[in-house]
Amino acid sequence: MVFIIRRREAMAFGAMAAALALARQATGQSIPVANVAAPKLTPENGASLRVLRPARFVEPDEVIFRANTEKFTKATGISVKVDFVGWEDLRQQAAVSANTGAGPDVILGWAEDPHVYSDKVSELSDVAEYLGKKYGGWQFLAEKYGKKAGGNNWIGLPFGGSTGPIVYRKSAVKEAGFDAIPNDHAGFLKLCQALKKNNKPAGFALGNAVGDANGFANWLIWSHGGFLVDDAGKVAINSKETLNALNYLKELYPSFVSGTLSWNDVSNNRAYAANELFLTANGVSMYFALKNDPATKAIADDTDHAPLMQGIIGKQPQSALVLNAMLFKHSKYQNAAKAYLTFMMEAEQYDPWLTGCLGYWAHPLKAYGESKVWTSDPKIAVYKDGMNNQFWTGYKGPITQAAGTVAAEYILVQMCSSVASGQVKPEDAVKEAERRTRRYYR
Amino acid sequence: MTVATMTDWTRARPQPGWLARLFDYKPFLVVACLFPAIGLLTVFLTYPLGLGLWLSFTDTKIGRTGQWVGWDNFEYLMEDPQFWSAVFYSVFYTAVATFGKFALGLWLALLLNNHVPFKSLLRAIILLPWIVPTVLSALAFWWLYDPQFSIFSYLAVDVLGIREKPFDFLSTTWPARWSLIAANIWRGIPFVAISLLAGLQTISPSLYEAALLDGSTAWQRFRYITFPLLLPILAIVMTFSIIFTFTDFQLVYAITRGGPINSTHLMATLAFQRGIAGGELGEGAAIAVSMIPFLVVATLFSYFALARRKWQQGEAND
Repeated sequence: MVFIIRRREAMAFGAMAAALALARQATGQSIPVANVAAPKLTPENGASLRVLRPARFVEPDEVIFRANTEKFTKATGISVKVDFVGWEDLRQQAAVSANTGAGPDVILGWAEDPHVYSDKVSELSDVAEYLGKKYGGWQFLAEKYGKKAGGNNWIGLPFGGSTGPIVYRKSAVKEAGFDAIPNDHAGFLKLCQALKKNNKPAGFALGNAVGDANGFANWLIWSHGGFLVDDAGKVAINSKETLNALNYLKELYPSFVSGTLSWNDVSNNRAYAANELFLTANGVSMYFALKNDPATKAIADDTDHAPLMQGIIGKQPQSALVLNAMLFKHSKYQNAAKAYLTFMMEAEQYDPWLTGCLGYWAHPLKAYGESKVWTSDPKIAVYKDGMNNQFWTGYKGPITQAAGTVAAEYILVQMCSSVASGQVKPEDAVKEAERRTRRYYR
Repeated sequence: MTVATMTDWTRARPQPGWLARLFDYKPFLVVACLFPAIGLLTVFLTYPLGLGLWLSFTDTKIGRTGQWVGWDNFEYLMEDPQFWSAVFYSVFYTAVATFGKFALGLWLALLLNNHVPFKSLLRAIILLPWIVPTVLSALAFWWLYDPQFSIFSYLAVDVLGIREKPFDFLSTTWPARWSLIAANIWRGIPFVAISLLAGLQTISPSLYEAALLDGSTAWQRFRYITFPLLLPILAIVMTFSIIFTFTDFQLVYAITRGGPINSTHLMATLAFQRGIAGGELGEGAAIAVSMIPFLVVATLFSYFALARRKWQQGEAND
């Protein structure tokens, strides 16, 4: 027991030291910048800021974020207090702050939060346009989540996005007779069936897992051309395409490792690390955890990543979990806050953070594609363009609170899992999902 | 002058100050003494309860104040299969778990009431499942029930080789439901056992001695002495147990989050899921309000069971 704890601590320190060393090398010099004058933001006298953001997922995330913040304080004399809260509490705290007009000046919230409080947050167009011009423009999802629908007014400042492409064991896929992950439904099904036959099964979360299970359900539906709501926000889940997706799942599900119906967000990581699971979808965090632990190094060496199977739509059917900063109108120090946000996105600060996080929050500004982190390990290249995915929560509709509720209520996940378990016919599952979705999109 | 000195033969009582007079005024004293209790109850009980009731009739979302929608939330719930599944499972969970806790708890209490070595140590150990924070024991059960890493599966598949596949505790409806009930029973036994043990120790040994002299069997002693005398405390403990079980939240939320496919949602977890995670405060409040009738029934049960004390004290039944 003691040994395990020591080893784990050593591992954590080792991983952190390696990441920090990498981050130190990333000084932002490799990032191409255009010569653009920064907006003139004179901080208010005696300004001080409070910032709220989600808890770290790896230690450098917090360490470098704090170091960058300290740098800002040193440069401007503005004191900044950063609080980290659990991922599941962040949305509620943002809601309280927006409603009471008190609390943090800046919140790094989740994707659609600034849109939910669009009348309570300040416009960030000056900052966003400056950064966009300087760093080669914003990527698709950054624009989607940053701008108010149907205009050019920025109300959020996306800091990055996390994606979950395919993670697989090279040896298992080869043993199943494939050189790469097939990009069509039939091929992918064959691969999963062959993996199962070799007793090296694939598996995707179908339980109440906010990230993984929603990612899988969306992928399944999008790759068949289905979508939750149409452009106008009208519920459109009850379609031929969704039915095709569910019928496909009925064939695919028997090839999964057992227990996926009760999986939560960490289950696939654990099963993969224990040699029970050989193909799944996950963020880059899993690979790095495996790589930095001597006990699982061999698994990491045998691991590779691939984009999600495209199915019939010709582009990767994936969105990203976007970290979206917003500045509340109730903050007394608007300029100081904008200066802080700009500072954090500049290459001297952003590149070390991006690198230290090992690309977990993929960059929203195109120029950061040149960051050394993306070439530091060829296996993580697939995460690089996470913010360039052409799908979003509540695709094809506008970004609203309802889209977030549908995900939080696992409506699409449960549509899939009820079919996979054989409890419900696809037709009935779609109708139930439609009924529940209508409730939130009224 | 002289008249004045004459009347001074009794010392004039100093007129009490207005404050003293105020506190001598009984109605004021009553209000003043009740105020802290009523204030606390109003702020921490009546207000939240009233707010919950109000919310259940609005379409409030997290981050947006709602409007009065009348019975809309309840009408939606009436047609919602998930809500009915939660109602069913809440009642089933409470009934089965309470039965299990009392059967095993009473048995344990009877065993502990005998003279066994290390009695007090044993009693302390028995309390452990109750003392451990629920979330911790829930996490332990979560590992025990894990689809890949369950110790039961490990023993059955890898060590004993009596099964081909790992146990499926949590990924199908009924196994998941029974697994949660088992965890709840494990957690609830100590409370029942220790409370009933306290009740058992109030029963005078002379009754048993008299019964022994009359040549009674063990069953007769239990049926005609232990059980009737234990009944009042049994009723109270059972009421508490029913309320705790019905409003259980942590075990289910930590182990299954209501899955697989919402089959293990209790009303409490469904209310939280809809209200906080899903952001539909109004709907969540409506689910929570729907729990009130069930809890009222449980409380009435306690009230009428408690009334039986009269009979125990030798008065007539009424």
